[in-house]
Amino acid sequence: MDSALIPVGVKRCPLWKFALGLAVVGAVLAWGVYAMLLCWIKGLNQTNMNDYYGFALWIWADLAVIALGGGAFFTGFLKYIVGKDELKHIINYAVLIGFICYSSALLILAIDVGQPLRSWFIFWHANVHSMLTEVAFCLSCYFAVLTIEYIPLILENRQLDKVPFFHNLSHNMHGIMAVFAATGAFLSFFHQGSLGGVAGVLFGRPFAFREHIAIWPWTFFLFTWSAAAYGPCFTMLVTWITEKITRKRLVKQSAIELLSKISGWMITTYIIAKIIDTWYWATTTAPAKGYTLADFYTGNSLYGYWILIAELVFGGIIPGLILISPRLRQKSAARVTAIILAVLGVCLNRWVMVLQVMAIPVMTFDHWVLYYPSWQEVATTILPVAYGIILIMISYRYLPVFPNERELNPID
Amino acid sequence: MKKEHPKAKKFGMAIDLDKCTGCGACMVACMAEKNVPFKKDETNKLDSITWLRVYKLDNGKAYPDTEICYLPRPCQHCGGVGDHGHSPCVSVCPATATDYSMETGIVSQIYTRCFGCRYCMAACPYHARYFNWWDPVWPEGMERSLSPDVSPRMRGVVEKCSFCYHRYQRAKDKAYYEGRDEIEELEYQTACTQACPTGAIVFGDLNNPDHEVHKIVQPDAAHGGRSKNPRAFRLLERLGTNPKVYYLSSREWVRKAGDHYLAGEKDESNKH
Repeated sequence: MDSALIPVGVKRCPLWKFALGLAVVGAVLAWGVYAMLLCWIKGLNQTNMNDYYGFALWIWADLAVIALGGGAFFTGFLKYIVGKDELKHIINYAVLIGFICYSSALLILAIDVGQPLRSWFIFWHANVHSMLTEVAFCLSCYFAVLTIEYIPLILENRQLDKVPFFHNLSHNMHGIMAVFAATGAFLSFFHQGSLGGVAGVLFGRPFAFREHIAIWPWTFFLFTWSAAAYGPCFTMLVTWITEKITRKRLVKQSAIELLSKISGWMITTYIIAKIIDTWYWATTTAPAKGYTLADFYTGNSLYGYWILIAELVFGGIIPGLILISPRLRQKSAARVTAIILAVLGVCLNRWVMVLQVMAIPVMTFDHWVLYYPSWQEVATTILPVAYGIILIMISYRYLPVFPNERELNPID
Repeated sequence: MKKEHPKAKKFGMAIDLDKCTGCGACMVACMAEKNVPFKKDETNKLDSITWLRVYKLDNGKAYPDTEICYLPRPCQHCGGVGDHGHSPCVSVCPATATDYSMETGIVSQIYTRCFGCRYCMAACPYHARYFNWWDPVWPEGMERSLSPDVSPRMRGVVEKCSFCYHRYQRAKDKAYYEGRDEIEELEYQTACTQACPTGAIVFGDLNNPDHEVHKIVQPDAAHGGRSKNPRAFRLLERLGTNPKVYYLSSREWVRKAGDHYLAGEKDESNKH
């Protein structure tokens, strides 16, 4: 029934199957929307946040999806600025995943603030000293860039492409995409860093606070670096999942291997920097304020040394080493294991930099406070996942997201 | 003749923990004065609003060596390193909804500008900032007893101790009406100061040598405002927050409880 909209030369599942899939994910989406409306109508008392946990699951989700969405800017940077042309096979999907991640982050932020209708104050009454101000400006601008990068793909839909204006617009936008990729990379270097700065500037929280270069704490650079390193892993993971679900090869192996190799080196160099940062913080920064490492990792039932080891070893060293080894990264099982570990690793890092910061007592007579999210928080965090799946389903079905799909999956 | 500008003020507090009995009158006075809303069930203190909270400290020793100390904690009105106003919360607020006054040293909160991101709460090591998780509702008839000088806050914004700034405004208005440039020390006192039955809380201008708080604290401007009084200390002095609330205690363990020290380090709260 919808065959006129499906790209030429590719095979898609029957419409009923597609609609059924949409309905299932749509039900999850509706659950999330219901929770979102509860938060907007009844207020943030619907959450399990409290005055110790002003930042909680949502801020973690924001930081995590923005890091994972980093695949868009870094792949674009590699393709258009560095000239890694091989990545043209995956750039569309990287942009789509980035678009989903950033729109999700904006949606979560809109739920997270106590007075959503005043959100524009962040632009109108901007405090130039605040890292969040920088985040808001760069994130909004970069989302606009991602939208511009996504539009040509939409215009390549079989029916839209028949309209001469859309065809020419899409063609011309492709021609100047390097400009947007460069703009996106510039903005991303700043807002990814600013998100790291959000925690790093907290001089009242010795667990988060880091030394500075000019106005930027170390976390500024570590967050940018890690987003560039781990973001492409998420792009590859989603590609792998999509290939498993569609039972097709969608991206040329050469593109995956190149991206794996670059990610591997980025993760390895990042984790070296992260270990140096952790060492300096543990031996110099924190002790100067009277804290020992034990103050941050003992005396509670959840946050032990295991989390530090898990982040550095399983989320950094192991995936980094697997991906820089040509022999290992060529093996699908090893590569996918590394990619999954990497994605979990960066999510764990963002968790630590948000939730563990809140959990640790700062005053000597205060105590650890642990938190678990309410169902409304969980539902609204799953909401963007459902939205992302739906957008991927629709885009995959009707748009030429994978330029090599026809070549890799010929139809008789 | 050219009139000189009055010197900038730096309002602060000295709280004598040797005198504090932990009665909680300061907390009650604060809540009543500032129209602080409360819940039907206040058992969960993690989302209760207490601009001034009294903490109970102990020396960690078993009976009969146990010692107790009560520590009232209002907003510390941090000036930041060098007193430039870069307090932990002010510098992070993305919408300039909290501000540091160079004229008074008071950290303000603009409720109608706050959009509830709670970054300031994450930044404050003293947990002095509170979020309005619910709409403020008072029991039937009680709304008539609300202070007309203080606007109640709406759901979804952050609030905190203002050193009863409305009282300062009132004192200034009175002085202006009477043709005076300056207000008297006792014309501007916080509600908690006046409610304390033992006189443990002393409030005034730390920059004014005639004020009692200055005499007690003896702030040393050359050393980041540290007190010269050997009994005095500030909470988390080592973080560089530069608070304007000073605590006094004759007991070393209490002074040491104000900050973190590595093994072998001594109480450095008054080291110059």
